[in-house]
Amino acid sequence: MSVAPLDQLWVYLSGQPLLSLLATLLAFLLAVRLNRLVGGTPLLHPVMLAIALLIGWLRLVDLDYATYFEGAQFIHFLLGPATVALAIPLYDHRERVRRLLMPLLLACVTGIVTAVTSTLGLGMLLGARHETLMSLAPRSVTSPIAMGIAEQIGGIPSLSAGLVLLTGAIGCALGPFILRLLRINDPAIQGFTLGLAAHGFGTAHAFARLGAVAGAFSGLAMGLTGLLTAFLLPLVTRLLGLD
Amino acid sequence: MPMIMGMSILLACQTLGELVARGLTLPIPGPVIGMVILLAVLLVGGGVPQGLRLTGEGLLRYLTLLFVPAGVGLMVHGTLIGRDLLPILVALVGSTAITLAVTAWVLSRLQVRFRRERG
Repeated sequence: MSVAPLDQLWVYLSGQPLLSLLATLLAFLLAVRLNRLVGGTPLLHPVMLAIALLIGWLRLVDLDYATYFEGAQFIHFLLGPATVALAIPLYDHRERVRRLLMPLLLACVTGIVTAVTSTLGLGMLLGARHETLMSLAPRSVTSPIAMGIAEQIGGIPSLSAGLVLLTGAIGCALGPFILRLLRINDPAIQGFTLGLAAHGFGTAHAFARLGAVAGAFSGLAMGLTGLLTAFLLPLVTRLLGLD
Repeated sequence: MPMIMGMSILLACQTLGELVARGLTLPIPGPVIGMVILLAVLLVGGGVPQGLRLTGEGLLRYLTLLFVPAGVGLMVHGTLIGRDLLPILVALVGSTAITLAVTAWVLSRLQVRFRRERG
């Protein structure tokens, strides 16, 4: 039996999708553990922690993002069917959704306009570059939609995806605090608010911490916000003369 | 086989959604249209098959894991983020807080009024 030298083994492994797939799962497990260790604080969101761990690891072993993504794309791919699956909790709570449809639609449009104008306003005030601004604009929309919108209005799609994730983590950290401050106890409103402001992160948070009703409304808010923003945002940027 | 059935339904809806999005050149991603299609199918069919529930709820339980690969992409934009760090941070935190507060407040107000009108 002959033993292959270590560096040859590494060359083989680092070219395989297997390694980054495994690393992603392990980083996520470790991040969830670490988050629990510090008392499950939303300030250290497990996803952001996992992302930081992976970026650190990739820098350390000198792998580029494209090579990493060749393996991680298998996990990324599941975002599609997971988005489709949001129809299930929506169906389960269809009666409540139907009863509240008008208030939900109105709140959704108000929320989107607030999100977009406050983002662009704050960004412009502090002198963000045009491409940064256009990548920031769709930040409260779930990442696959945000990437499409960013491309359309002159932003950078992959930067948008990252900013969307940061928004999600920030929304999960601020959400419970703000909801408590406003004395909102209805899980439907809590879920809807989180889904609108923090897309999939908010939805995951709602399912895990606030229950199935909050999760269903959060999923609804995420879907509605995505749909409506895709139509509204190009109009808003045109109105503000940012084309 | 229920898991395979469930996954097939999800992927079929996503495929249909992609076809609709591409075919009509809509700015909306295929999976979101797929979600609308699945909801319509469930409403018409009048129930969630067990396999679909198993697969769908399994995926939703680990939804956050699915965002990790895209998030690692932030590493590519280190310089751009560095140059605009302050506006990005302020816009993200400030606007998210404002959006959360406005949405929650508007919805709770509307809901109260809506209930009153209905008696």
